[in-house]
Amino acid sequence: MTELCAFHRRQFLAFLLISSTASLVASAGRAEDAVSLSITIADHKFDPAELHAPAGRAIEIHVKNLNPIVSEFESSDLHFEKIIPVGKEGVVYVRPQQPGRYTFFDDFHRETQGALVVP
Amino acid sequence: MLAALVIVFREVFEAGLIVGIVMAVTAGVPRRGLWVSGGVVAGVLGACLVAVFTGGLSELIGGAGQEVFNAGILGFAVLMLTWHNVWMSRHGRELVAELRAAGEAVVSGSKSLFALAVVVAIAVLREGSEVVLFLYGVAAAQGGGSWGMVAGGGVGLLLGSSVCLLTYLGLITIPTRYLFSVTSALIALLAAGMAAQAIAFLEQANIVTALDQTVWDTSWLLSDSSFPGRALHTLIGYVDQPTAMQVVVYALTLAVITILMKLFAAPQTQRARAA
Repeated sequence: MTELCAFHRRQFLAFLLISSTASLVASAGRAEDAVSLSITIADHKFDPAELHAPAGRAIEIHVKNLNPIVSEFESSDLHFEKIIPVGKEGVVYVRPQQPGRYTFFDDFHRETQGALVVP
Repeated sequence: MLAALVIVFREVFEAGLIVGIVMAVTAGVPRRGLWVSGGVVAGVLGACLVAVFTGGLSELIGGAGQEVFNAGILGFAVLMLTWHNVWMSRHGRELVAELRAAGEAVVSGSKSLFALAVVVAIAVLREGSEVVLFLYGVAAAQGGGSWGMVAGGGVGLLLGSSVCLLTYLGLITIPTRYLFSVTSALIALLAAGMAAQAIAFLEQANIVTALDQTVWDTSWLLSDSSFPGRALHTLIGYVDQPTAMQVVVYALTLAVITILMKLFAAPQTQRARAA
């Protein structure tokens, strides 16, 4: 009988632990005001090749793929990677940045490179 | 050809690290090669499926479909890895005893193998879908596959698989008395890294926005996009510029796994501790 109680107590504790952890993460809310930038990839080149954004504000980059093949919009400096199918548009959200020059590229065609400049 | 080599190698390398760990963790359990191979095959098929449906997936959930999908399967892998560790802390000793006694750990072995096979499938699916998309895209643009692409991809696959082998060989040199704790730690770190990675995807899609401050910047020391950086990223979840939320989730995952392992530890262990 005590074994059964001990077992259920542990199940309950485990459930409590997991659900409180999950709610902590899940309560992290939605959207804040961000600077919106747009870029296209055409003929394996970014247009514009340089984006500009102010320091300290979150950034959302809308990218449209006008290449003949799928591209992967990626940046190790800005920590994003997203596959953009042909003819489609995608959005990536970037955390606020300090002044600097941050590069991004098409991982499926490395020669396609661009930069985000934060003055 | 070089582009195909680099991309295939990179993705196979990352999946290879995980497969190597799983193979080492299950050393001695019979037919585990079959389970892991099954996971790899399922992952490859899944990768092809994901590649085919990428267009539709991208448009789901207000454009966040890809990120939610990635975060979802990573989260599921975290659950599987957690389950494995908890299961091992409860049944690990039985398993080892069975193996020593009969050289066979029939039913008990296969339960834990299923969870790890799922983790392998998820890892292969995630890395593989990029490879499939890239290779298909290049082939389509060229009007058909080229020998350069096949050769490059083949070499990349060989090199990436050698990473898997090296990881496995390195791990099985660990003496048995340390093996359980080392593999439990490896699995826990793998899980914590995946949990933080899931958060990174959700941040990219603006679904998780709290605690977005960058906690540290070690990109000058080791960039997480360099090869050693990627290895460390896969193995222990190293990120050169993590957000506070990623660090919190990483620590929480480790804490939850450790607590659950203690909560569900085999009764003899608990009684021994109480005595």
